[in-house]
Amino acid sequence: MILEYFMILLLLLMVGLAIYAVETKDLLASVIAAGFVSLVASIVYLYLQAPDVAMTEAAIGAGLTTLIFIIAIRKTERRER
Amino acid sequence: MRKWIAITFLLILGFFMLRIAGAFPFGENTWKVARQYVKNVTEEKWWVAEHYVDKGIKENRGSNLVTSIVVNYRGFDTLGEVTVLFLAATALAFLLSSCTCFRKYERIEASLILKTASDTLYPLLILFGAYIFIHGHLTPGGGFQGGTVIASAVMLMLLAHFSFHPNHEVLSVTEGLAGIVFAAIGLAGLIWGRSFLANNILPLGHWNRLFSAGVIPLIYIAIGFKVGSELSGLITDMFKVTKEE
Repeated sequence: MILEYFMILLLLLMVGLAIYAVETKDLLASVIAAGFVSLVASIVYLYLQAPDVAMTEAAIGAGLTTLIFIIAIRKTERRER
Repeated sequence: MRKWIAITFLLILGFFMLRIAGAFPFGENTWKVARQYVKNVTEEKWWVAEHYVDKGIKENRGSNLVTSIVVNYRGFDTLGEVTVLFLAATALAFLLSSCTCFRKYERIEASLILKTASDTLYPLLILFGAYIFIHGHLTPGGGFQGGTVIASAVMLMLLAHFSFHPNHEVLSVTEGLAGIVFAAIGLAGLIWGRSFLANNILPLGHWNRLFSAGVIPLIYIAIGFKVGSELSGLITDMFKVTKEE
């Protein structure tokens, strides 16, 4: 029962962070929020007993994608116009 | 307007993830839950999924069922997936080499902590990535995950040191060879086995051993090398444009 409430909390956190990533004008904060969504999603996958998908999500979604977006932001602009 | 469309999509996605999370009873036996789920969803109409869950381990002798499905039953899809990744990396390299529209900025030297930590972690991360894809048929993970871990090791070194240049020739040759090995194993299955990427050309061995599951570990090692060298090359390309400007 406690696990289910924890799960609902994580999913709500994911939705909140995703809305923040869309809404904020600071692109760096937006990218970090998106990476955090991936990290929480990988925990959710682990609870759903899919460790393979959780590993992919943590390595690609939270690690590589975030870094590639950060390099792209450094080369362009940090603020959304 | 665009923002609200995006938020609506996110809400729909969140709703469906909540529904999926509600469909599984937590903390129960994996096999029972999976089999029950397959029975509930498919109503014994689509027997392919049930065959995978029931007979997958017996037919392939790999203890990780996900790997058996990804590399053997759905091996052709995985070949296509690897090709798509290759195309995306090639397109990005082409775009980066032709674009001169980037902003200039100063690059600051990395701190001592980052340098020391990445020097220590670099060989360990490569070893861990290799472990993940060599044991892809035994434990969770596989070629894609292991390759990504190796690419993140290269990324750490690129962040820490100005002078770190992975050899691009070696990366391209490794990537091409790994792709050829994948296709060649598939063709060997076509010649000596039942079909393209068939798993009866090598002895299957004992369950839960390192040398088991036929060609599955060989294919996953090839995928690991391919994904690792591809993503490393991609990240090196992105950093290289930084240095020239």
